[in-house]
This record gives sequence, C-alpha cells and structure tokens, in this order.
Amino acid sequence: MMKQLRTSGKTFAVIFMVAFLAACSGNTKQNQASQEAERRAQEAAAEAQRKEESLRDAISAAGDIIYFAYDSSVMTTEGRRVADAHIALLQTNNSNVKLEGHTDERGTREYNLALGERRANAVRDYMVVNGVSSGRIETVSYGEEDPVAMGSGEASWSQNRRVAIQ
Amino acid sequence: MKTFHSLFLSFVLLSLVSSVRSELLIEITKGIDDPIPIAVVPFSWESRGAATEDFARVIESDLLRSGQFAPLSRLDMLSFPSTKEEVFFRDWRVLRAQYLLIGSALLQQNSLQIDYELLDVSKGKSIYSGSVFGKLSEQRVLSHRIADVIYRNLTGIPGAFATRLLYIAAERDSIGNDSFSLTLADSDGERPIVLLKSSEPIMSPSWAPSGDEVAYVSFESGRPAIYRQNLISGKRERLTNFSGLNSSPAWSPDGNYMAMVLSKDGNPDLYLMKLADRSLTRLTRHYAIDTEPAWMPDGKSLLFTSDRGGRPQIYRYEFKSGSTERVTFQGTYNARARVAADGRNIVLVHRKDRKYHIAVFDIVSNRLQIMTETNLDESPSIAPNGSMVLYSTKYRGRGILAAVSVDGGFKFRLPAREGDVREPAWSPYM
Repeated sequence: MMKQLRTSGKTFAVIFMVAFLAACSGNTKQNQASQEAERRAQEAAAEAQRKEESLRDAISAAGDIIYFAYDSSVMTTEGRRVADAHIALLQTNNSNVKLEGHTDERGTREYNLALGERRANAVRDYMVVNGVSSGRIETVSYGEEDPVAMGSGEASWSQNRRVAIQ
Repeated sequence: MKTFHSLFLSFVLLSLVSSVRSELLIEITKGIDDPIPIAVVPFSWESRGAATEDFARVIESDLLRSGQFAPLSRLDMLSFPSTKEEVFFRDWRVLRAQYLLIGSALLQQNSLQIDYELLDVSKGKSIYSGSVFGKLSEQRVLSHRIADVIYRNLTGIPGAFATRLLYIAAERDSIGNDSFSLTLADSDGERPIVLLKSSEPIMSPSWAPSGDEVAYVSFESGRPAIYRQNLISGKRERLTNFSGLNSSPAWSPDGNYMAMVLSKDGNPDLYLMKLADRSLTRLTRHYAIDTEPAWMPDGKSLLFTSDRGGRPQIYRYEFKSGSTERVTFQGTYNARARVAADGRNIVLVHRKDRKYHIAVFDIVSNRLQIMTETNLDESPSIAPNGSMVLYSTKYRGRGILAAVSVDGGFKFRLPAREGDVREPAWSPYM
C-alpha cells in the first residue's frame, strides 16, 4: 500500500518535472509569440482607431442630416454622401442607428407624418442595400411636428425637410 | 370674521377667473353685408349680490361670431328692460333693432334659472319665450343654449354654440424646449381645460360621436401611438403602438369602430379597429401613402387622402364592395377631408398657386370653392350644424385658429394669447 503510494508519488514527480520543463521551454517561445501578437494587436487597434477617427471625421464633415426636396423622399447625391459616411462607420461596428423623418410645415399634418416616414424609410433602405442590417435601424417620423427652423419661407422649410441620423 | 370670509371669497373668485380665462381671442376679419340687427339687453339679476355672469354678453358674442347678426351696442340702448311690459318698441325701432332679446336670471342655492324672451321689434310682439335651468357652474353653457334657441328661431338652423372644441396648443421656450397641450374649451374658446400636457408632440384630436370621449396621437413614448380618453371619467387607454405610423384616429358614426392609419405592414394604409375587442381589419393595400380617413355620415364609406396618383388627392373607400374611387381632380393637392352632416359638402385643404387654402367641395356637383385667402391653412373642422368651418393657419409667424362661414362670407381669427394653437376639432352636439 505504502510502496504503491511512493511509486505513484515518484511517477507524479517525474510527470510534474517533464511538464514543468516543457512548460518552461514553451513559455520562452510563447512569450516571444505573444509579444509579437500584442504588438500586432496594438498596431491593428491603433490602425482601427485611426480608421474610426477618420470615419468619424468624415461623419463630422458630412453631418447627421439628410435634406430633401419639397414633397420628395428621393435621396439627393449630397444626401447619399451623408448616408455613405454613416454607413462606412456602421460597417465597422455593431451599433444601432435611429432615423428621424421630418417635413416642412406645408400641407396637412397627417400626410406629412406619412411623408416623414417615407423619407426615413428611403434612408433606411439605402443603408440596408449598402450592407447595414435592417435590425440595427430604427425609424420614426415626426412629420411637421418638430421643426428646427421656425420661419415660414423656403430658408426655413429647406432645413426642416430632413432625416436626422442619430 | 366677516372680513376674512369675504377676503377668502374674493380670492376664490379671482383664482376662478384666472383659471377660466380664455386662451383664445376673437378678431372678426370679414363681415357679411346685411347681418340681422338684434339688441341683446343685459339680463336682470333677481338674486342677492352681483350677477355671477354677464349672460347677455355671452349670447351676444355667440350671435356675433355666427356672422349672421349685428348686435346693437349697449351704449346705444335707452333702457334695459327685462320683461315685455317694460319694452318701449318705438325706442328700439329708432335704433333700427329688428329683434330684441330680454331676460332675467335667478340664483337659488346652487340652482340657476334664466328666463328669456325674443321679441320682433317691428311687429311689437313676442316670437319665443323660454327658460333654462342648471347649476351655477353651467351658467355659460345655459347662455349658449339660449343663443342656440335664438339662432334656430331666426335662421331656421339649429345653433351650435353649446358645443366644445378640442385643439392643440404648442409653446417653445427660450432654450428650445417644447410643450404640447391637448386642450378642451367651449365653442367660444372660454373655459379651456388641458386634457394632456407633454414635452412630445400631440396631434390629430378627434371626437367620439357621443361627445364624451376623444382620441388623439401622442408621441409621449418616443413614437406616435393612438390613445382614447374619456372626458367624464378621465380614463385613458393606449389603443395602438405598432412599429411605424399610428395616426389619424377617426371614430365611426355609431361609435363602435375607429378608422386609423398604420404602417406596420410596410407603408401607411387604412385600418379599421373594432373597439370592443380591438381587432383590426386592413382596408387599403397600396404602396402609396393612404391617410386621413373621414367617415361619411351614413358610415358606409370613408374618404381618405392618397398620393397613389402621384399627388395627394381625396379618394373614397366603400365598405360593402371594398372598392376605392378617386373623388377630387381639381389641382395638384387636395387633402384631409372632413364631411358635413349633410354628407354632401366636404371641407379640405387645397393648394392653388403654391398656397394652401381651405376649400369646400360638393361631391354631388363636383364643384370646388376656395374659402380662404390666407396661406398655410390646414385642419378644417365643420360645426355640427354645418354653418362654420374652424381651421388653423399662420398669422404674424404664429399658429392661430380661424373660422369661416360655409358660404365664405364671414371670417374671424382666434389667436392664442401665447404660443401656437392648431388642429381644432369641433365637437358633435352635446
């Protein structure tokens, strides 16, 4: 009984030594590998950060507002450029986006509520076509109920016909 | 003790006055050529203390706002008779009053009785005499009821003064915070009560045919949802909260159904909700915008706005056949129809020369007549007797309510004391 124990004790010690040595030699190699990986990861992170910063810079330059023509939900070239900047960032992360559709004050309120939704949907559809999952996009229309410019003239109206990306 | 008591009373009265002060002012902008001259004599007060209300003034203002009467100024009256025996008809003939309304009010405990008599000045005889009874708190309503009777006697049309209005008041403070109030007031804009106040938009107020419930769209959850609210119990329910639009609630004439606009299935279509179990039936199925349902008085069809032809026009959905036909063809924009009780005259928003006007459209003759000259007019609502149309417009940069007689001959503005007011909804008879 005792002998058996001692034997198994020896065996255990040998196994332990082997494992220890193996671990030591492995550690040296692995250390080098992990340092390399860490350096690469840091570089990649820095690169990703630079890329994200440049994407965010592009968004700041493009803005968060897509403007529309009167009674239209067709995205203009400029509107697509704004959306493209946001799509580029959305393709690098998993964040959700909210699209708020708005109209100017002309015409009836309920029709404008529907028109605001149609504008938000136009931007949503453009984002989906360009690879953003529809599950990440929420749309809501405020119609003419939440103007940014309060005046009654084209200068105000053109600012109010919009989809705000949030 | 007595001093304390009267001080306390005057405080109560003052606070009462400030809380019932109307939010809306009335400015008449166009009168008719030959309004009926009528003298509404201040009613006598047959009780102790000062009169609790100027009943004659309430009635006179109602008649003036109908556009069909020219009330005589009190300053020109030579006497204030309150019984037929006290009337010198010759005096009133000299003042060219065609009709004379006299009356007296008696307050006992909390019960108010107002007796009144309408007299024909040229014939020198009585046309109608009557009495109204109620609680002191109903004194303005009682006055409106008298105005309704006078109006019916002299025009042949029931009056709609003892009715109420719903409207949305909106204010934006100096730092850009919005405040929206769903407001209920008497037909003259007096006694406003805020039914719902929110920092998010409220829109599309509409009446149940019983007049004791309202429906509206509120964004309080961050998205548009349809609510109903009982005016007597105050009970409030959210009816729909689907993704996308939940808008344009319109109660059926029998009160059992609500037409509404939902875009949960992709784009805005008309749906019908059975209120008893909230089951939904989809009525229209079109990739265009279908919105703004309005019931025909017989409940057999709905008018609605659709841009399925390229631009917004009025269409009609018939329940029995499920068919849809286009109703308006004049111009490039006709929207948000409301039907008069006759089922023939429709008021709507019509664009002409890039301006948005209120127009009346006769669905039998297909004749469309523009009623307003202002721009940015919207949300027309017809009085239950079909005589006047209330709508909202912009005046000096602010949203105001305005009214026009159905013949276009008489107009007045109802600006708010502060902020914007919009989307008036005239109640049914109450």
